[in-house]
Amino acid sequence: MRTRVFSLGAAAARWGQPAATLVVAAVLGACATPPAPYDYTAFKQNRPVSMLVLPPLNETPEVTATYGVLSQVTLPLAEAGYYVVPVSLMDETFRQNGLNSPAEIHDVSPRKLREIFGADAAVYIKVTQYGTSYRVIASETRVTTQGRIVDLRTGELLWQGTATASSSENRNSNQGGLAGLLVNAIVSQIIETASDTTFKYAGIASQRLLSPKKNGVLYGPRSPNYQKD
Amino acid sequence: MGSASNSVVKLVVAAIKRANALRLVAAIAFGSVLAGCAQSPKRLYHWEAFQAQLYEYFKADSSSPEEQLRLLDAQLEKARARNAPLPPGFRAHLAMIYLRLGRDGEAKQELEAEKVNFPESAPYMDFLLKRMTVPKS
Repeated sequence: MRTRVFSLGAAAARWGQPAATLVVAAVLGACATPPAPYDYTAFKQNRPVSMLVLPPLNETPEVTATYGVLSQVTLPLAEAGYYVVPVSLMDETFRQNGLNSPAEIHDVSPRKLREIFGADAAVYIKVTQYGTSYRVIASETRVTTQGRIVDLRTGELLWQGTATASSSENRNSNQGGLAGLLVNAIVSQIIETASDTTFKYAGIASQRLLSPKKNGVLYGPRSPNYQKD
Repeated sequence: MGSASNSVVKLVVAAIKRANALRLVAAIAFGSVLAGCAQSPKRLYHWEAFQAQLYEYFKADSSSPEEQLRLLDAQLEKARARNAPLPPGFRAHLAMIYLRLGRDGEAKQELEAEKVNFPESAPYMDFLLKRMTVPKS
């Protein structure tokens, strides 16, 4: 009970250090060993070659979330060694068939998706956080995504995971130097033409979600690391 | 006395060097751990701003298809000059832009090119090509 009553000064002192530690942990989190190793049985049995990323469900008030994420999922999966169904044509194909919302599209049967797109697996993404929250102490831009990969031939769930990217890790890690530099490097690669900041973090979150790593997506056949993981 | 202070200086310098070396090793180790999950420097494809261009295409207030085509063409030329492979979907997206511009012949060529470069795309590319040959009602 007593711990809940502390002055603002004490609060600042209490939070400064753990916040920095948390940020470093979050950056490293992508590599840190989580308690239980992922069960890749289904993934390894099905070994998809091509992936169809459906327009992400948007559970945020930010209308740009679906396409901010969709336009940045091809890179991590392609670099992981998969063929990724072209997202602009895929989106247009759904539209011409009267399916305009991600929710409707996520309801299309795996059999039908396989028939049209010929992909081995579909990636179902849900965006749960997207945008900037303005707070008294520091505003934060944050993107959080959840992903599920389902085999379109067998209907089996191959993999699922979540990923977050936040501007606060970037800001704080500037003290740490290298971590900040690396995050900045990724951000600056993502582009100058798209002006909104959230788009950059959507790119980082997408990379974290779909790049091969501990408990992440396995390498695909076009990668030199295929079947080595 | 002179040589004694000299060796002290040497010791101090050595200590500083060792500390720096240690820091460097730690930095490299930390960096490689991070790089493991961030991204490997060697990429399979020539991406440039392709993903930002996709975003531009999807945006409600996007630039004209002509402008989008110009940027894609520029990237295509650069990739060709470096003999770097274009990412999956690049040519298909180019086809999408050609369709927007009513340049169906070039769109078809790009869909075929996507198929040649990524045989995995064949079922979907064929699905699209088949529909394109059907006269529009």
